[in-house]
Amino acid sequence: MKCDKCAKKATVHLTEIVEGKVMEMHMCEDCAREQSHQMEQQFGLADLLAGLTDFGKQIPEAQKDVLKCPTCGLTYEEFRKFGRFGCAECYVAFKSQLKPLLKKIHGSTAHLGKKPVNVVETSMPAAAVPVSAGIQPPKAAPVPLTQLNAIDALRERLQDAISREDFEQAAELRDKIREMEEKG
Amino acid sequence: MELNDLIHHTGEWLRGTGPQANIILSSRIRLARNLTVAPFTSRASKKDLDAILAVVDSAIKDIPLLKDATFFRLNELDNIDRQFLVERHLMSHDHASNPQGKGLVVSQEEALSIMVNEEDHLRLQVMQSGFNLAETWNAMNTIDNALSEKLPYAFLPEYGFLTACPTNVGTAMRGSVMLHLPALVMTRQINKVLMAISKLSFASRGFYGEGTQAIGNFYQISNQVSLGHSELDIIQNINGLIRQIIEQEEQARQALLVQNKPMLEDKICRAWGILKNARIISSQETIELLSMVRLGVDVGLVTDLDPKALNELFIMIQPAHLQKIEVKKLSTFERDTKRAQVIREKLNGRAV
Repeated sequence: MKCDKCAKKATVHLTEIVEGKVMEMHMCEDCAREQSHQMEQQFGLADLLAGLTDFGKQIPEAQKDVLKCPTCGLTYEEFRKFGRFGCAECYVAFKSQLKPLLKKIHGSTAHLGKKPVNVVETSMPAAAVPVSAGIQPPKAAPVPLTQLNAIDALRERLQDAISREDFEQAAELRDKIREMEEKG
Repeated sequence: MELNDLIHHTGEWLRGTGPQANIILSSRIRLARNLTVAPFTSRASKKDLDAILAVVDSAIKDIPLLKDATFFRLNELDNIDRQFLVERHLMSHDHASNPQGKGLVVSQEEALSIMVNEEDHLRLQVMQSGFNLAETWNAMNTIDNALSEKLPYAFLPEYGFLTACPTNVGTAMRGSVMLHLPALVMTRQINKVLMAISKLSFASRGFYGEGTQAIGNFYQISNQVSLGHSELDIIQNINGLIRQIIEQEEQARQALLVQNKPMLEDKICRAWGILKNARIISSQETIELLSMVRLGVDVGLVTDLDPKALNELFIMIQPAHLQKIEVKKLSTFERDTKRAQVIREKLNGRAV
């Protein structure tokens, strides 16, 4: 069998299913390598995720530093680009963006599986506990959960302000959240 | 256990027994877990990674269930050794390709492996022979519980186990089953089956893992969704799907035996003849022929062959394995001749 793209012998056979249609491709090793490189560029997971998020449009400069994980410093923009979170706290920091995304990926936003035997209650900043200290419970007091809810509420308002492009209010809310987190 | 001890046998999951072992090669459960004490691997410093390796190493030593497991630091292994572990399905290509700060835990029978500092801090894997997902899950659950007593898992009640990629969050579990479906391929029904699988939010991969093309009529089928269902629900869903595929494969085999028996026998017997006599053979050809012989065993045409020996060949004929057996680097041509020799010895029961 000959390569679909050049006259060399086809050694790579690819079956793709696109919208219910089966497509077969036969390629030599060189063309296949090039094709797979192209496909990686076309269909990186990050792109798929970016397509799923509501943030289709470019985020203006003013917002970029607003949407940032306070623990590891990952910005939401970086998450959109690479499709990977930086630390456990990103799940709290990007909570409002996350819900619709998880709904689209999994069709659900609620965990129904097992819990760890020793549930380590969430949301102590990971950076405050150097790993080299071993796995002792964190010294820094975690932010109380009630406070966390208040912060969450503020974050949601912040999201809302950003989507309305009301950056003045967004900046105010951002400072308020920071203040509460520092006090917490 | 030393790495070189592994070469003389293969993992428990290849022994070729267990429910539906004629069609199902193995069942596998994978879990992703992260620790609260450091950023995820991609943002962790070298110091963080080393500390995680140390913390996991000491946790493993503390758990009686895992006292016989071996902890490998990947930067202490050479290229061939790392490739060898990939070929045995104990770790991913990605894990092998950038060994700094990475580790691998392997249990005595290779039933359990834990990649440390892959995309997530821990990627646990339990494999068993045959169609046994629920039992495989039980084994995994016990190990996961024991580990969670020693290690602070990153967990939120509403989102479950937190993972670097949001596609894994929740149970952070992938259950998968390796199926041998030669009759569905020969009767050209396989694409219909694969399409149904993808519509139902399950994924299908080849024998040699993520991103590989189906080869030797092997398909690995796993769940895509990890959030919003319990682990047992996910397993039941996979089981339901797999049972239907098994039924279709069995019907296709019957149809071939009734309508096309001479063609089927010819294919199987030629494959058997080539494998027992070839002097130079590529891995691709070997795998296609082994698939036919495996079908021959299932339909009773090939009788004097232990299914375990056959399953082991799928692993032994890969490049790093051949080079470990020969204890030196081999060129492609040298590998093709060595491969033919290994196959002849195994199938004829002696050197020919």
